[in-house]
Parts: sequence; C-alpha cells; structure tokens
Amino acid sequence: MHSLVKRFGPGLGSLILLGVAVWLVGMVLAPNLMMLDFSLRPNLTPAQIGGPDDHYTLVNFSALFADPVHRAIFFKTIWASALVMLTTLVVTYPMAFWLAKVATHRAVAWVTVALIIPFWINEVLRTLAWYILLAFNGPLNVVLVGLGILDTPMRWFGDAGVLAGMVYAYILFMLFPVYNSISTLDSAQIEAARNLGASTIQIHRRIVIPHAKAGIATGCVFTFMLAAGSYVAPALLGAPGSRWFTEVIYNWFFEGGNWNRGAAYALVLLTLCMVVVMATLRIFKVNLADVAK
Amino acid sequence: MTRSVELIDIEMTFGITRAVEKLSVTVESGEFFSILGPSGCGKTTILRLIAGFMQPTAGRILIGGRDMVGIGANQRPTSMIFQSLALFPLMPVWENIAFGLEVRGVPKAARRRRAEELLDLIALPGYADRMVHELSGGQKQRVAIARALAVEPQVLLLDEPLSALDLKLRQHMRSELRSLQKRTGVTFIYITHDQSEALAMSDRVAVMSAGILQQVATPRELYANPRTAFVARFVGETNAFSGKVERIADGLAVVETEHGTFLGRGAAGLKAGDAATVYVRPEAISLGTGAGGNGLDALAEQLEFEGATAMLHARTEGGQPVMAALPHHRLTDAPPAGARVRLSFEPAQALVLAHA
Repeated sequence: MHSLVKRFGPGLGSLILLGVAVWLVGMVLAPNLMMLDFSLRPNLTPAQIGGPDDHYTLVNFSALFADPVHRAIFFKTIWASALVMLTTLVVTYPMAFWLAKVATHRAVAWVTVALIIPFWINEVLRTLAWYILLAFNGPLNVVLVGLGILDTPMRWFGDAGVLAGMVYAYILFMLFPVYNSISTLDSAQIEAARNLGASTIQIHRRIVIPHAKAGIATGCVFTFMLAAGSYVAPALLGAPGSRWFTEVIYNWFFEGGNWNRGAAYALVLLTLCMVVVMATLRIFKVNLADVAK
Repeated sequence: MTRSVELIDIEMTFGITRAVEKLSVTVESGEFFSILGPSGCGKTTILRLIAGFMQPTAGRILIGGRDMVGIGANQRPTSMIFQSLALFPLMPVWENIAFGLEVRGVPKAARRRRAEELLDLIALPGYADRMVHELSGGQKQRVAIARALAVEPQVLLLDEPLSALDLKLRQHMRSELRSLQKRTGVTFIYITHDQSEALAMSDRVAVMSAGILQQVATPRELYANPRTAFVARFVGETNAFSGKVERIADGLAVVETEHGTFLGRGAAGLKAGDAATVYVRPEAISLGTGAGGNGLDALAEQLEFEGATAMLHARTEGGQPVMAALPHHRLTDAPPAGARVRLSFEPAQALVLAHA
C-alpha cells in the first residue's frame, strides 16, 4: 500500500486502492454474503417474508445430504472433476514437455497457435462441436465402425462425453502453467541426469516433475475448479446418468424457483472447491502466491 | 597403455554448418587429455558426441574398445561435468552425489555411505545434508566432481568447468583436478578455451579451430613445435613475420621479409618459393645483437612489468609490433620509450611454417 502511494502519488494511489476495494466489496464480498443469507433462510412465499417463519435455519444444507440423489451427484461431481483434472494432466504433460524442451521455436509457435485458435470460439459452440462428433450417427462412430474397431455405434454421451468435452475445454489451463514451469528447467539438468544413467521415466520422476511442481499444482487447481463449476459440457454431452452438481444448482434457481436451496448447494460447492485447492497446494507444498504468478 | 576413447573419422554437421571436420584421435587410458580451442571451434560438440548426447554424422566412437553406436547417453561408461555444473537444486548434496547410484537401484544406506566417502575425497565432510544453494562456487564444483565420480566412469568429460570461478580459485581447482585425476586413474577429457589451463594440467592437448583438428601433442611439444599457424598463434604469445622462403640450407630456411632476412627451423615439406611466416616466442628475442644472426631494428614503445619478466613492446619500421620478454637481470638497461633498439634471436628458436 505504501509502495502504491509512493509510485503513483497520493491522489492516483488512493483512487486505485478505492477501485480495488469497490471491486472486492461489491463484486466478490457482497454477492457471496447475499448467497450466504439466502442459503440460511427457508424458502417462503412473498407474503411470509418478514413473518414468524422467516428465521435462520440449516434446513437447506441438511436437505442436500438427506437427498440420496443429490448427495450422490455431489460426490460424483467431486471425483469426476478429479478425474478430469488427472486426465488433463496426463494428456497435457507430454505435450508441455515436448513444447518446452524438445520442439524447435518454429514448431512451438505453430502448435501454440493451433491450440489457441479453437479457443477464439465460444465455449458453448466448441462443446457443440463435440456434441456433433460424439453423436450416435456422428463422425466418430462412423470412423470406428468403418475401421472395424466397433461392431455397432457406441453411445458416447454420458460420462465419456463429459470427460472428453471437459478435458478439451480446459486443456490450455493445464498446458500453459505446466509448459511455463518446465521451460524454466535448465536443460543441462536433464542431460546430467541422463549422463548419470537415469532412464526417461527416472528423469521425469526425479528432475522434471519436482521442478515443474508449482506449474502442475496451478494447472490442477484451475482444471479442478473449472470442471467442478462446469455447466455446458455436462448439459450438452451428458446423459441422465451423468448429471453434474451445477445442473442441480441451476435447476433449483431456474426451474424449482427455490433460490435458498440453490444458494446453499452453491456454497457447499464453493467450500468444497476451496478445500480441494488448499489440499492440493498442501500436497504439492506450493503456496498460493506461487500459483498466482 | 590401453586405449580409452577412440574417435575414428568422426564428422559432425548441423544442417549446412560443419561443426567437426573429419578427425581421428585416440585418448589413452588414465590420461589427462585436453581439447583446446576458441569458442565455436567444435570442442564441445566432440565432448557431447563422446557422452552420447548427439550421434556423429559419420565415423565411429569407441570407448574401452567397445563401439558406442546405438548406445544411449545413459548407458555409456562416461560421466560429464557441465559448464553450468547442472547440480540438482531440489536435492541435498548427498542425493546429488548418489543420483547415479540411485538410478542404478543401489539401496539407500549404501548410497549414503558412498556419498559420504566421496565427500571425504573432495574434502567436504559433513556437507551431506546441505542444499546446493548453500555451497560456495568452489564447493559446488567439487560436489559436481564427486557426483560424476560416484558412478565410477571409465572416462570423465569436463566441459570448461572452471570458467565460472575467479582466478585464485581456478588456479587452486586446477591443481586439485590434476591430483584427483592421478589418484583415481580415470581418463579425463577436458574442454577449455584457456591455453594456460590446458598446458598446466594436461598430459596431451588437442588444438582445434573451426572444426578442424590442428595438432595433438604434449604441452611442451605444442609450445616448442606448433605444426600450424593457428597453433603457433593460439598457444602462448608469439611474434610473426611473413615473407617468402628464399632457400633451404641444412634444415634452416632463409625467409625474406619486409623486416629483414631471417633464418629459422623449416617445417617438413617447406621448399624455396613458398609463402611462409617466421614465428618467434617473445622470450627467445633478446636485446642487442646477440649471437644469433637474426636481427631487426625497432622502436621501443612501452615496457610492461610482469614480475619475473618484463614485456617490451616495440614496433619495426614497417609498423609491425614486436614483443620481447626481458629477464629480470636485464631490466636495468631496458630501453626507454621511443629509443631505437636492436633485437636478435637465434635461428634454432625460430620456426618457419608455410602458409596454408
């Protein structure tokens, strides 16, 4: 704060501080406090609001864990998001290593452009492209049946479709942090390890991955949060058996008209995401400031 | 002596650039062998070829008599000390040293024991659990050496490992490396652009320039009998007078230059009419007429006191600079700047090489 005033002068300095404060209070703190307030009140008709029934209660939270379907969807969302995170990491890591340590400058430029261009298109439309690809009579099934790998077309919508759609949607959020951290590794370390007799797997396990830890943790945190909060991919590529917790929240708000229940569910999801983020950072022994970089 | 590393007709090209021209070298077992040359001469390429980080475009590499074709960098009996040292910053010192044993599946207790033995060898006992960033430059250097020795390599490859150290430490590490090499008996192949380093430590030195192997010889031989103009100029200080060979008599070449006619030892194959250069070391040039028969007139410019000797910088009438190293006892009658001096040197101390 002192350095801010020093650099921009008292006038502009306090203006910047004020802007940040307004943003934090108005855009972050206030909506969440309102959500908290909503979640702690029962769902009442307009006439009952302010009446004797309008008091704080935990009924909206207990309802989530009392309802077996919602509870199951909640826990499924957690492990499925973790699966999305792991799959994205597994898909991305070799590419990130290749880009950072193997590819020529020219190849890096081309591949980066090729990876970014699809993200110029809206997320809904990108997911719609997967919807077309994975459709029962879509290109994927035609190719697989044509090649004789499948006898009959597969129904991809459901867990597989959601996983594919999400991994694709969040790949850059994993790729860039991992790529950045690997590219700061001195290539001589890889050569030194190889020279001392290490196999490729040993080099990655002992040298590259420990070095890229912060990037991997950052990518994992991003991907997990995005996956847990995703709506488009499960809505388009899912099946009734692969419902996502965000869909349940959406339904409470827009179909069920029960904002209080929706708010409670949303807060539980938020809390869970925070717990997972903190746990991941603890496991990787990375602090939040490293991730922010 | 057995052969440790043999390079047979090695060639290396990157795209259209030729990093190493066809060359063959044999390094004997237990030898301290240096490859000396300016940056970009291909010396690091040769080291990386031996280590297996690159495959030669043509030719064969044998280590301990075994052909290295198809044998990966992690399978070769070599171990390398990198210019940047490339110690692993996330591991403590002992894990760094024992890394090569760890990847070979040696149990932890044995690894630790070996690391501590090596720490004793490099005179850093008690440093096992330090982190790399806690060490000084010289200590890091020694840990890198211990790490490379831990895998008991047949050949240790050193890529200018002393270049990052300050002068005092560099001189100290020089003698330490030399004695370590003698104690362990491991073949050292040492890359450097610093000729004094190469001359001080090596059993033999290979001089390279622009991808071409110029000469392989002992340091004394290299200094006394450089075989090419590049070696003559690159190794040690020298004076060069260009001219034309008039005739050859009794192994001595008579060379006509614009600074006078000089006699010198003619290189093999030199014949009358060749364009050639006479090379004379500064310490072979003395003040006065001397006994030699080779003499030239010059104008003294300045005298640089260097301790044991003083370097007299002079200039001939033709404008060519001449250096003469004056021994300590001659300093009293050293000419002042601007004085006309007569310099002389013996034919036996002068070497005549034909222009390439």
